[in-house]
Amino acid sequence: MADQSVDLQANAASEQARPSDSLSPEILLEMYWYMLLSRRLDERAWILHRQGRIPFHISGMGHEACQVAAAFAINRGVDYVHPYYRDLAMCLAVGMSAEEFMLGLFGKAEDPSSGGRQMPSHFSHRKLNILSMSSPVATQVPQAAGLAFGIKYRIAQQLQDPEDETQPRLALTSLGEGSTSQGEWHEGMNWAGVHKLPFICLVENNIYAISVPMHQQMAVPNVADRAAGYGVEGIVVDGNDILASYDAMVRARDRAYSGEGPTLVEAKTYRPVPHSSDDDDRSYRSRDEVEEWKRKDPIARFQQYLLDRGILDQNKIDEYEARAKQMVNQSQSYADEAPYPEIAPSLDPSSVYAPVDK
Amino acid sequence: MATKTLIEAIREAMDEELENDPRVFITGEDVGPRGGVFRATMGLIEKHGPERVVDSPLAELSIIAIGIGAAMADLRPICEIQFADFIHPAMNQIMNEAAKMYYRSNGTWTVPMTIRAPYGGGISGGLYHSQSLEALFAHCPGLKIVIPSTPYDAKGLLKSAIRDPNPVLFFEAKKGYRAIKGEVPDGDYTVPIGPVNVRRAGDDVTIYAYGMMAHYAVEAANMVAEQDGIAAEVVDVRTILPVDREGILESFKKTGKALIIYEDNLTMGYGAEVAAILSDEGFEYMDGPIRRLAGPDVPSVPYSHPVQEAFMPSPKKIADAIREIAEY
Ligand SMILES: Cc1ncc(C[n+]2csc(CCOP(=O)(O)OP(=O)(O)O)c2C)c(N)n1
Ligand SMILES: [Mg+2]
Repeated sequence: MADQSVDLQANAASEQARPSDSLSPEILLEMYWYMLLSRRLDERAWILHRQGRIPFHISGMGHEACQVAAAFAINRGVDYVHPYYRDLAMCLAVGMSAEEFMLGLFGKAEDPSSGGRQMPSHFSHRKLNILSMSSPVATQVPQAAGLAFGIKYRIAQQLQDPEDETQPRLALTSLGEGSTSQGEWHEGMNWAGVHKLPFICLVENNIYAISVPMHQQMAVPNVADRAAGYGVEGIVVDGNDILASYDAMVRARDRAYSGEGPTLVEAKTYRPVPHSSDDDDRSYRSRDEVEEWKRKDPIARFQQYLLDRGILDQNKIDEYEARAKQMVNQSQSYADEAPYPEIAPSLDPSSVYAPVDK
Repeated sequence: MATKTLIEAIREAMDEELENDPRVFITGEDVGPRGGVFRATMGLIEKHGPERVVDSPLAELSIIAIGIGAAMADLRPICEIQFADFIHPAMNQIMNEAAKMYYRSNGTWTVPMTIRAPYGGGISGGLYHSQSLEALFAHCPGLKIVIPSTPYDAKGLLKSAIRDPNPVLFFEAKKGYRAIKGEVPDGDYTVPIGPVNVRRAGDDVTIYAYGMMAHYAVEAANMVAEQDGIAAEVVDVRTILPVDREGILESFKKTGKALIIYEDNLTMGYGAEVAAILSDEGFEYMDGPIRRLAGPDVPSVPYSHPVQEAFMPSPKKIADAIREIAEY
């Protein structure tokens, strides 16, 4: 059975002053809300796929805690985010709407990611400084190092005031553990280390790259162990614990903002569903393993935490669920009825070039 | 106006752009104190500082990817690949990322970056210091590809490339870095990316060429003018992508005969596209076979001297080809 135990001993040192302790009930509930909304949208996407109403879905289920934690640690909508296909919860928390996600699923013209040119969950949102991702894995990592290089350069050349919170002050990128086998990842990490860039790499380690387990990707037990080889700080965290993830991300953010340099946060998590709507995971992992991980569901866990502290009660849960359901329904109908992209401009060769006087 | 070499013109363009726009920076291998292995960036780190002329790790993929990221952070990177032959590790970032960014984000993200790379054979560089790769990239919408032949064009086109909101691949004929000289104005001017340039007028045959081969074409045209009284027109293509279809057709309407020269491999090369344009859109003007003179279909230019010379198109080979076509 795949092991994802996190050395809690290592995290115990920082137990005294945890940044998550100062999160207000309102913020905690907002975090809960984004996790929940992401999950309900995700579930609906699977249903739409089974109904034959959308051709493809790739899920972020099980990863919601570390993603929302990452978003809440940074300056959302301002700092650069160069995500990967599982980051629905992250993108929602950064500011992407349920409708915008649905528009992408249906391949509609208004889809802010690509106007229906890319497969769903290939996120991009110019207004929110979410960069555009492609399908080849890990390509975003050295680009994110380039964004971080750009920030450092802009500050050094006085093109940007380092205190100006309306400007991006770090670049956050994310990918799966399997994708860290790519040269792209290594080269990006190396630049981040060499130039001490304001860069965060969040590795959402769900133990599998489609079917291939972690130990066939690398000879070390943690992706974070490799960070030292690049002069990058590596942190391992329980990615299903939103508050622990938040603490790790805040540390990474503070390092980025203060010029201390790049951080790799490895969030140990699990994907309780197949890799994508085209996958059948029964050939490579046991049902027992999947069931065991479902019991560690990050949303149920956070919900219990909030219930225990009286921040949440059953009424509120029902209210949130009703709100999420309504939002999912509304956004689905909106996207379903929205127009497809016009054919001619989408296939016009001149549409591949930005106008020169722009 | 002063006479300058190709590489001086290129350096001057970078120097002036660094001066004029604080967003412009250079990165690549050995571009700093060494000034590049060909010395294209010589003196620039001393003048503009190590924050703007940055020696990169020895990793081409990251040179391009850092450029892409920095470009999206509103900088204007100039990324130097030491030899075009070493650009392959960065293929994914160029073709899948830089080239597709504008389209895939539905026009919301742009990648205003310039990639400079010395290309071409005839310099005893063997298989991995001689490659011409324009055709490989020309099949990739979203890139612009520029190959200047004169120092004047090199400076003006490089400035246009740096200011262009799209990724531009700027291939430099390394054999001509010091051999090619020409008049270059001091100070700012640009040459637009796109239009071809007629380097020599003539009514009998049109020669299409770019980079080093444009010089050979002019030389060959002068030879056949003197020796055979053939008036060959030389169209310096300059921009490989996007294709200036009208510019290409224009000269052919007059001559009806075409010879396309390139040192890249013959098959599936740039010449095939020019021939297709001429036969499709210029059929009624056609007055003879459309011929290509190009590198043979072996991996690249072999090292051994006689084999290298046999690989490369030369003014003499071009002159012979012109004569053949002119006879039709
Ligand atoms: C360069 C490249 N090779 C192969 C693929 C096909 N592919 C898509 S996702 C994936 C597995 C990725 O695993 P991991 O990085 O662990 O992320 P996860 O999906 O588990 O979150 C593969 C092989 C791809 N998209 N890109
Ligand atoms: Mg994985």
